Amino acid sequence: MTKYIIRRLLQTIPVLLGVSILVFSLMFLIPGDPAQVMAGEGASAQTVENLREKLGLNDPAYVQYGRYLSSALQGDLGNSIRSGRPVMEEIQTRFWVTLEVAIYSTILAVFIGLIAGIISAVRHYTLTDVSIMIIALFGLSMPNFWLGLLLIQWFALGNLPFDIPFPEFLKMRPSGWGDTWRQMVLPVITLGTGGAAIIARMTRSSMLEVIGQDYIRTARAKGVSERVVIYRHALKNALIPVVTIIGLEFGGFLGGAVLTETIFAINGMGRLTIDAIRQRDFPVVQGTVLVISLLFVVVNLLVDISYKFLNKRIDLN
Amino acid sequence: MSTQTEKSPVIGKKSSPRSEAFKTFMKRLLKNKAAVIGGLVILFIILVGIIGPFLSKTDPNAQDILNKLQPPSKDHWFGTDNFGRDIFTRIVFGTKLTLKVGFLSVLIGGVVGIVLGIVSGYYGGIIDTLIMRVMDVLLAFPGILLALAIVSVLGGSLTNVIIAVGIFSVPAFARIVRGSTLQVKKLEYIDAVRALGASDGRIIFKHILPNIMSPIIVQATMRIATAILTASGLAFLGLGAQPPEPEWGAMLSDGRAYMHNASHMVMFPGMMIVIVVLAFNIFGDGLRDALDPKMKQ
Repeated sequence: MTKYIIRRLLQTIPVLLGVSILVFSLMFLIPGDPAQVMAGEGASAQTVENLREKLGLNDPAYVQYGRYLSSALQGDLGNSIRSGRPVMEEIQTRFWVTLEVAIYSTILAVFIGLIAGIISAVRHYTLTDVSIMIIALFGLSMPNFWLGLLLIQWFALGNLPFDIPFPEFLKMRPSGWGDTWRQMVLPVITLGTGGAAIIARMTRSSMLEVIGQDYIRTARAKGVSERVVIYRHALKNALIPVVTIIGLEFGGFLGGAVLTETIFAINGMGRLTIDAIRQRDFPVVQGTVLVISLLFVVVNLLVDISYKFLNKRIDLN
Repeated sequence: MSTQTEKSPVIGKKSSPRSEAFKTFMKRLLKNKAAVIGGLVILFIILVGIIGPFLSKTDPNAQDILNKLQPPSKDHWFGTDNFGRDIFTRIVFGTKLTLKVGFLSVLIGGVVGIVLGIVSGYYGGIIDTLIMRVMDVLLAFPGILLALAIVSVLGGSLTNVIIAVGIFSVPAFARIVRGSTLQVKKLEYIDAVRALGASDGRIIFKHILPNIMSPIIVQATMRIATAILTASGLAFLGLGAQPPEPEWGAMLSDGRAYMHNASHMVMFPGMMIVIVVLAFNIFGDGLRDALDPKMKQ
């Protein structure tokens, strides 16, 4: 196991380096002079030159990357052009908000997705199965920013469609201390719905594949109860591809934060990224993209390691 | 997946194995009612995108401030927006933009991804490692983030969104094509054509590529749905098509401020995105089932 974890960790290093190179290279994709773009069109030549010097843009690219990497490894992602504050400081205050929403969304998606997927597989080709899969297909096809807006319209503003009377307890707008959980509900549903749909589809197909295998038939032939067959024998093996999807979905929730945090005015990393893009504050854009991607890589690493626990026979290759 | 590439001699009315396989595929696809509906919806949307703008007598950007924020009516089927523009007309004109982003970005991502995947799978070794590690790096940017980062530096425009979403699609194609290439290149007929002296290019384009088209077609269909979602997300954030272009994501974004008294501004563009994405997803599912070798009888 230790050998597996070490090898997997080593495999992650090139990816992390690649991510840092790509994030660093974003600066070079800016059409024209990056310093001019960042300083704004009306900036004087001296201001632009000062900014260029400050960002080290006069040095060769590899020198700039070396400096960027060495600083990043020490937790220094540069300073925001707009606020002048260290990027890391700006990220730190918002990181936990984004992480919290992503974790709750993952829990919701896994909970609904697994249950729906298992029911669908156990009752395959019945009306229940078809209904669940149709709902999942809708969940998969719905832009989360649209769903978010609808949820705000219905449950924050209380305007349900067709003039349905709105029960006050469903109003998801915090009205005081101890009520703040309400502000988390709608963003979590917005983010989690698509993930739940994907997990449900994956769980169903994975379960159906496992249920069709010989050892399940043998277990049934031996008189093992259906409950034990499904939950102890089938689900554990069916979970492996599902766990991969859960890891990917968690990443999707981190990336999707740019949309949900904009819609729900959440002060997380997603909103920080969008604000930075609008203000052309590239060090902040680079910093947030780097941190979110690194977190995603780490989560995928943990997912890969969890395979070993789910199935001891899994080989690194 | 068909692996028979040699042409059978035409005897009487006997059709070639490839056309037989196509007939079987079509039979299976047409049996799947959901896929047929999905396909028909896609065809209809394409027709709307091409013909719609010519049939419309209204300018999608024509403002009529006196009639702003009107709810759906006989004159304005989907109501009007904050500038009094007809939302139905804007949606019809926006169809072309949506399809353009979907198809072009998948074309870019598909071509680059297929070339990289096939080279990676066919040659293996250091080339394979190098290409796949780069793909791993691209996949390390979760969700919309990579496309967002690219657009953020290139600047918000429809062309830049197409490029960004195209790059975002490359790893998905590269991985699938590599996997399929690895499977096909092990088959005996590839050894046979190689022994006959066929060049690498001929083997790749004439013998491998036609035999890995099934997963590519399925992936392309599904990716169009993802591309449309991603592009409309970028437009919603103000990083896609610029005003006054009638892009559906941008229209949704415009409607946010008027949600409390003109919810139709948000409702209709969103519904259109759902319908188009749903159609591509259903059709993609149907294609996958019809092309899946496991389901072959």
